[in-house]
Amino acid sequence: MSSPGSGNRIVQWIEYRLPIFSWLDHSVGSGYPAPKNLNYLWNMGSLAGAALVIQIVTGIVLAMHYVPHGDMAFDSVEHIMRDVNYGWLIRYIHANGASMFFLVVYIHVFRGLYYGSYKYPRELLWWIGLAIMLLMMATAFMGYVLPWGQMSFWAATVITNLFSAIPLIGDPIVTWLWGGFAVDSPTLQRFFSLHYLLPFVIAGVVIVHIWALHTHGSNNPAGIDVKGPQDTIPFNPYYTVKDLLGLGVFLIVFAYWVFYNPNYLGHPDNYIPANPLQTPPHIVPEWYLLPYYAILRAIPDKLGGVVAMGAAIGVLFLIPWLDTSRVRSATFRPIYRQFYWILIADILVLGWVGANPPEGHFILIGQLATAYYFLHFIVIMPFVGWFETPRQLPDSIATSVLDKGGGVDSAKEGAQ
Amino acid sequence: MTGRCPTIFVRPVLAVVAACLALLAAGPLMAAGDGRAPKSPGFSFQGPFGTYDRAELQRGFQVYQEVCATCHALKYFAFRNLRSIGFDEMQAKAIAAQYEVTDGPDEEGEMFERPAVLADYMPAPFANDNAARAANNGSLPPDLSLIVKARAGGEDYVFSLLTGYEDPPADVELGEGMSYNPYYDGSQIAMPPPLVEDGVEYADGTKASVERMARDVTTFLTWAAEPEMEARKRMGIKVMTFLVLLTVLLYMVKRKVWRDVH
Amino acid sequence: MSTTTSDGGHGDDASRRDFLYIATGAFGGVGTALAAWPLVDQMNPSSDVLALASTEVDLSTLEEGQAVTVVWRGKPVFIRHRTAAEIEAARNVDVGGLRDPQADEDRVRQDKWLVMVGVCTHLGCVPLGQKATDPQGEFGGWFCPCHGSHYDTSGRIRKGPAPENLAVPPYEFLSDTTIKIG
Repeated sequence: MSSPGSGNRIVQWIEYRLPIFSWLDHSVGSGYPAPKNLNYLWNMGSLAGAALVIQIVTGIVLAMHYVPHGDMAFDSVEHIMRDVNYGWLIRYIHANGASMFFLVVYIHVFRGLYYGSYKYPRELLWWIGLAIMLLMMATAFMGYVLPWGQMSFWAATVITNLFSAIPLIGDPIVTWLWGGFAVDSPTLQRFFSLHYLLPFVIAGVVIVHIWALHTHGSNNPAGIDVKGPQDTIPFNPYYTVKDLLGLGVFLIVFAYWVFYNPNYLGHPDNYIPANPLQTPPHIVPEWYLLPYYAILRAIPDKLGGVVAMGAAIGVLFLIPWLDTSRVRSATFRPIYRQFYWILIADILVLGWVGANPPEGHFILIGQLATAYYFLHFIVIMPFVGWFETPRQLPDSIATSVLDKGGGVDSAKEGAQ
Repeated sequence: MTGRCPTIFVRPVLAVVAACLALLAAGPLMAAGDGRAPKSPGFSFQGPFGTYDRAELQRGFQVYQEVCATCHALKYFAFRNLRSIGFDEMQAKAIAAQYEVTDGPDEEGEMFERPAVLADYMPAPFANDNAARAANNGSLPPDLSLIVKARAGGEDYVFSLLTGYEDPPADVELGEGMSYNPYYDGSQIAMPPPLVEDGVEYADGTKASVERMARDVTTFLTWAAEPEMEARKRMGIKVMTFLVLLTVLLYMVKRKVWRDVH
Repeated sequence: MSTTTSDGGHGDDASRRDFLYIATGAFGGVGTALAAWPLVDQMNPSSDVLALASTEVDLSTLEEGQAVTVVWRGKPVFIRHRTAAEIEAARNVDVGGLRDPQADEDRVRQDKWLVMVGVCTHLGCVPLGQKATDPQGEFGGWFCPCHGSHYDTSGRIRKGPAPENLAVPPYEFLSDTTIKIG
């Protein structure tokens, strides 16, 4: 294996003074060995990174034209859409980019959940990832407020009012968040400031996330440790090209939304300027927050609902210990695997309930789905871990690849 | 080749994707209000290659001018935008000059009226929301610049609303000054039926049926809400073609690079 | 490169692979460059700014010897109703000896009306001289206080660091007393 940049004198000159090329090589280059059996679900991390970069770049550009003031915010967004060169393109990329970012991050999280990527020795890696997800939610929420349409305004009102559930100090906190006695221009201006700041915080935490990842390397579909060089391949070129292929597919999906259905993931009411005197009849959050919204509404008590919603994410911090199985990958856990898919279905049901008005049978379905959500993590996860007999694990990553790969390769040969 | 999903994963993932799509499809419909589902008459600008019909746009602008503008503002519409719906510069200037806009202050500190120029925006029919309510029986006629994007159902909803006035069913008691329109959320709308047969004498001689006028003004209002749509779809074709080709190339590169991994 | 990728001996295959790599890299590179253009172009003047690029001015109230400053494209435009003495001073100059040689006749459309952008060609300050009480420099025209450029009654640079005469914007007389700048 050649040392990075050998032969190029400029590279050598820099490398001697600042070893950035060997650092890159050990981060994403041929000097970083990765398990050879990673499937396409392992593309989501790099896609999330790409989505973050896209959001930051388009966001910086939008901030050149946006005016964070209650009287001008809506008009300035329309100015971007109508008058600024390519403004519509940049805004639609940014607005749909939030959805694309959450899409890949959620797949990333559920991949970790399926393959036990949160288990020893990656507990902190999992926690840092959850912290990124929480920061993303805060950033997305504050960004959604900025166009200052009806949904922006009432989302800001409802979410900030969550804090009023805190006993005794709730109301002063809400007034402090608002900078007034209702959501108004001061609220918008501080949200803009924080919406600009938080993505850079996310970028910093992402670096820590990658640092933690590289300490023990990626988990893999077999969920077993790397035992030697026969189990790995260098990150570059294998996973760089695979990540680029994933990026191509991702951008095709992204471009579909931006160019052909740019407002589908939004809400028509957000094209009505904010009106503090009239709440829209059906207010719903963006799709990526719907399950939490359903959990909030499932509890017929103000403080209880807020606590349940917080616990829905809080419980994810505990799963390295709630999961008692010695086996990481659900591939080798026949019982747990079924409960995993029931959980996925349960979360989709929560999202569906969250999109609908809290009336009739939606209330009961929402409560049952919420109960099951917690049941899964607090009861099913530890008990299945104790009682389940996992399937035989492969001896090594290399042998698991040979077992599966042989079949696929011969099938391919036959097709050619 | 090792990069494949285990087969046990494929079916559940497909099921989740299908469920997500179903939820996505269901979401907006749920939020579409309580009115009757709108009709879909089919417009030239729909679909991935759709473009606005310039004649429809210009007739629609005339309908807005002569009918809607009595009550509804169009505040994001500048007279320079007339160029985009197919008028030449002289025609656009002439149309602008028909309107008076407030400018100033002059050297004495007074505001004054002057004929509009291309840089000006369409003047509103009322000075402010309160004036608009006072003149309309307490109801506020919404600004129409974004109406197509601001209503679930978009252009289909606007068209259906304009052509959907009916006599109220026997069991419905209409409020004072209200009209019955099943496409409207709550079915009672403060706007009286705005379009009547030959209510507009089209400059291009087209017969002004209610359906024709509704179609024209809906096209115009869609353009007012999404003036970038044609550029967006044109660019979309290029970007999609590029990305698909790039992805195919990357797929080939990936296969070559990974060929030796066992 | 690691041994897993080296497949020496397949010469044709290797060159076909190299071509594929180069083509893909070039294709992706071109796409990235094209995608950067909207991010650059968004900083250019937007269509509403371009639409305001002309200004009409009524000159009927401007007495001889008076000047007015109007705003055009966000910049001051000096309009001066020149006296006969000022016009004569502007014409009695050896054009060839000027730093930026230009005859007064080439800088005006009507002798008594001098219209020019009131931005010093040195580093963009607004020169003094519009008001009767302002310093007007050694040549009776305008004086830039930032770095001491002197302009004459035709707005030509006569002394100081500025390299060029004050710019004349595109304008036309719509009537005897109305001009349209831009």
